[in-house]
Amino acid sequence: MMTDLIVQGSQMAFVLVLAPFLTGLSRKFRARLLSRQGPAVIQPYRDLLRLLRKDVILAHNASWLFRVAPYLIFAATWVASALVPTFATGLLFSWSADLIAIIALLGSARFFLALAGLDIGTSFGGIGSSREMLIASLAEPAMIMIVFSLALIAGSTQLSTMAGFMLSPAIGLRVSLGLALISLIMVAIAENARIPIDNPSTHLELTMVHEAMVLEYSGRHLAMIELAAALKLQLYISLVICLFVPWGIGHADASLISYVIGAAAYVLKLAIAAFLLALFETAIAKMRVFRVPNFLGAALMLSLLGTLFLFVSRSL
Amino acid sequence: MPPIIALDCVAAFLLVAVLAVVLAKSTRASRIVYGATLLISVVAVSAAGVQLAASPWEMTLPLGLPWIGAHLRVDSLSAFFLAVVNLGGAAASLYALGYGQHEDAPGRVLPFFAAFLAGMNLVVMADDAFTFLLAWEFMSLASWALVVSHQDEPANIRAGYIYLVMASFGTLCLLLAFGLLAGTDGGYAFAAIRASHPATYLAAAVLILALIGTGSKAGLMPLHVWLPLAHPAAPSHVSGLMSGVMTKVAIYGFLRIVFDLLGAPDWWWSVIVLVLGGVTAVLGVLYALMQQDLKRLLAYSTVENVGIIFIGLGLALAFRANNMNLAAALALTAALLHVLNHMLFKNLLFFGAGAVLAATGLRDIEQLGGLIQRMPATSFVFLVGSAAISALPPLNGFVSEWLTFQAVLLSPEIPQWGLKLIIPAVGALLALAAALAGSCFVRAFGIVFLGRPRSSAAAEAREVDRFSIAGMAVLALLCLVTGILPGFFIDHLGPVIQSLVGGQMPRQLSVSWLSIVPIAESRSSYNGLLVFVFIAVSTSLAVFGIHRLASRAVRRSAPWDCGFPNASPTTQYTASSFAQPIRRVFGSTVFRARETVYMPSPGDSSAASFKLRVQDLIWDFLYVPIVRSVGFLADRLNYFQFLTIRRYLSLVFLALVSLLLILAIWS
Repeated sequence: MMTDLIVQGSQMAFVLVLAPFLTGLSRKFRARLLSRQGPAVIQPYRDLLRLLRKDVILAHNASWLFRVAPYLIFAATWVASALVPTFATGLLFSWSADLIAIIALLGSARFFLALAGLDIGTSFGGIGSSREMLIASLAEPAMIMIVFSLALIAGSTQLSTMAGFMLSPAIGLRVSLGLALISLIMVAIAENARIPIDNPSTHLELTMVHEAMVLEYSGRHLAMIELAAALKLQLYISLVICLFVPWGIGHADASLISYVIGAAAYVLKLAIAAFLLALFETAIAKMRVFRVPNFLGAALMLSLLGTLFLFVSRSL
Repeated sequence: MPPIIALDCVAAFLLVAVLAVVLAKSTRASRIVYGATLLISVVAVSAAGVQLAASPWEMTLPLGLPWIGAHLRVDSLSAFFLAVVNLGGAAASLYALGYGQHEDAPGRVLPFFAAFLAGMNLVVMADDAFTFLLAWEFMSLASWALVVSHQDEPANIRAGYIYLVMASFGTLCLLLAFGLLAGTDGGYAFAAIRASHPATYLAAAVLILALIGTGSKAGLMPLHVWLPLAHPAAPSHVSGLMSGVMTKVAIYGFLRIVFDLLGAPDWWWSVIVLVLGGVTAVLGVLYALMQQDLKRLLAYSTVENVGIIFIGLGLALAFRANNMNLAAALALTAALLHVLNHMLFKNLLFFGAGAVLAATGLRDIEQLGGLIQRMPATSFVFLVGSAAISALPPLNGFVSEWLTFQAVLLSPEIPQWGLKLIIPAVGALLALAAALAGSCFVRAFGIVFLGRPRSSAAAEAREVDRFSIAGMAVLALLCLVTGILPGFFIDHLGPVIQSLVGGQMPRQLSVSWLSIVPIAESRSSYNGLLVFVFIAVSTSLAVFGIHRLASRAVRRSAPWDCGFPNASPTTQYTASSFAQPIRRVFGSTVFRARETVYMPSPGDSSAASFKLRVQDLIWDFLYVPIVRSVGFLADRLNYFQFLTIRRYLSLVFLALVSLLLILAIWS
């Protein structure tokens, strides 16, 4: 029980500490791929600390919701990412929310973010919220269908059980698994406001989504939102890692060594993912916002197809 | 002696209705009537709660058809719905203690409000077809009277008319369904119907008729057209009752006929129910996204939620047809829990819309905005309701949708190919509906309560009275409680589920940490309480840590808006611009949405314009042709009204001869 608690606690701290690193790393890779020097990998930490120390500048008509939302968004995202196994499965509280609930927790965070975008009553906030909800209303069903595929294969919606199943020899190459992976990556790109759906490094671009919603935020509120965004990116990458490449992950009640190995493997996989993300983002152009539904529609259809295959035959 | 209390409560409601007619002129009438209905409803809820696990209670009153009498019976299913009806009634009465003061002509509302509650209670208690239909019609007529209570607006009269037509049509279908069930012997008592097993084709016909009859009252597509017109037309506390409670009484009717009276189902029944449920859920929420009238938006969202409930019922039918009792119990639990949840948050949201209406006189969300500053309490409870209906954890809407998803995940075991292909598609529709509901309520809450006021009425709004807020706050609290302690409610649903599908979910309250575990812990579990605690703790940790260690300074200034702040509130996003991306994606086919933009050429000083046309295709392609052909036929038949006596006599003669001919050929 005590070890479990420590593992769960270190998982919470681990994701929190590592999330800005992932963002910094992917920015660094991206800059190098564009032949730029780029900021240091620890720049996101510096940004967060700077923002935390600054005053908050609030619009005159900002309501209590605007001030509470950053903390709620951060908390919901943090709780969700604390439940996705990173270096060890069998987290103490993993049974308190399965994968569907984790998706829904991210949905809660988005709900408040979109409301915060509407609170000041500026046109940029509205445009961001409106588009975010469009993206969400297509990405969320796709995500649920991915969960269905994986749950039907693993016989569980519990992430620890699923990761355990993926490690077992019972798993093989399956069509539905491939469809789910492609679809999950598409959804992850859309959900995290990455190119080609949205550009995380611009302001004042007509097609911006996430940045438009948080335009009015400053100081510690902005820090909370940035941290939540970094956590969310890390959550999706952890999800891909623990479901599709779980090798090296420590089991519950394992020895300290295996936890260390698990953590090292996880960080390595995270770095590879950051590189792939940067590579993908430099290789592709941003889409027009009204082509986004096609992109996400494809993700939805792929994941639905995967689920249908599994209804037809459990071995597909 | 709890059972008899239920009947006493109906009598008391009727008494209050009569009293209301007498008192109508008095200034204190609404306080007295709503106080009385509140008291009676609370008593009825507790009686129903006790009855939930008790053995059925039966009684025959010497009323109704002379050779039958009025059979009444409260089993666990009835008790659950009695609890839902009266909980909704209690909340509405509490809210109306304040909101009812705004009524110009209380005499048009008070008697029917009490009668409406009595009618709904009676439907749920009825144990023979005659009493059921009588109570059903009583409920319909009382609610019709409430729909047209504000008779000055022509739109309300039209809504009342369409409601009346659809309600009569629905009752006609139910009448035929019961006729088929009772057979030629006229065994109208439910006990007799239950004992006789109808032939397969008869059972199928009864299913279709019951689906039409109860579905038209519940708002199942394509029979929903009256609902978004009639529900908003009534005073807001009644709108809440109609949307949150009366649709549930219709679902009770479906459950009673299909799950109880009809016996073992065929697998293809579930296909119809699932497809209708899935389509209703998605189209309902898409329509809701297009609405500008807050109460109509809520009414369309009711259509969506009824779809979700029917998906659960369809899954339960599919499992039951294959004798998978545990899975059927899970699906039915999900559906019934959603019945309770939807009653809670839809009443809450309608009351919130009523509070906005009382404070500003507006229902058009394009005119509202910024109410969070002026009405903090209302906006907070409305936010809770919006989050709950958008299925966000840790509130209650999520629990029932999560259970439905878990039921979908059990369905690959079903052997029939038709179901194997339809269930995942319906699962996708359910997920789509849930996600769109999130958009819909971000839009509803964001445009109404956030931003800057778009009209002077919104800018000068005042918080509503304490009774109204209390009514909403109770419901908001219940939304949270149901969300974080679902195990308690699932366990109490056990006897209901057991009686309907012959199995029930494992006992939840004995699971450690109050988690809910539908089948096995390794398979899936959810703990709303822990999720709530985690979010609360990490929010407070973050707030405390940052305020303590970093900065807590706040400066106020003009909004940044990328350096171009615009003083006019008209530059904000409107409700229709918020929905524009979704309208573009789904609208061109589903609503035939057409946008026409007129931009004057340079130098021309005329105003630019933007026109948006959204069509309800079901109304245009199903109902308009029916209305036209009925009108056409009526015109033709009109000819017979002005004949001479000679022609009438020859018509009678011809009719007689042809009837005799038919008889001769028949035998």
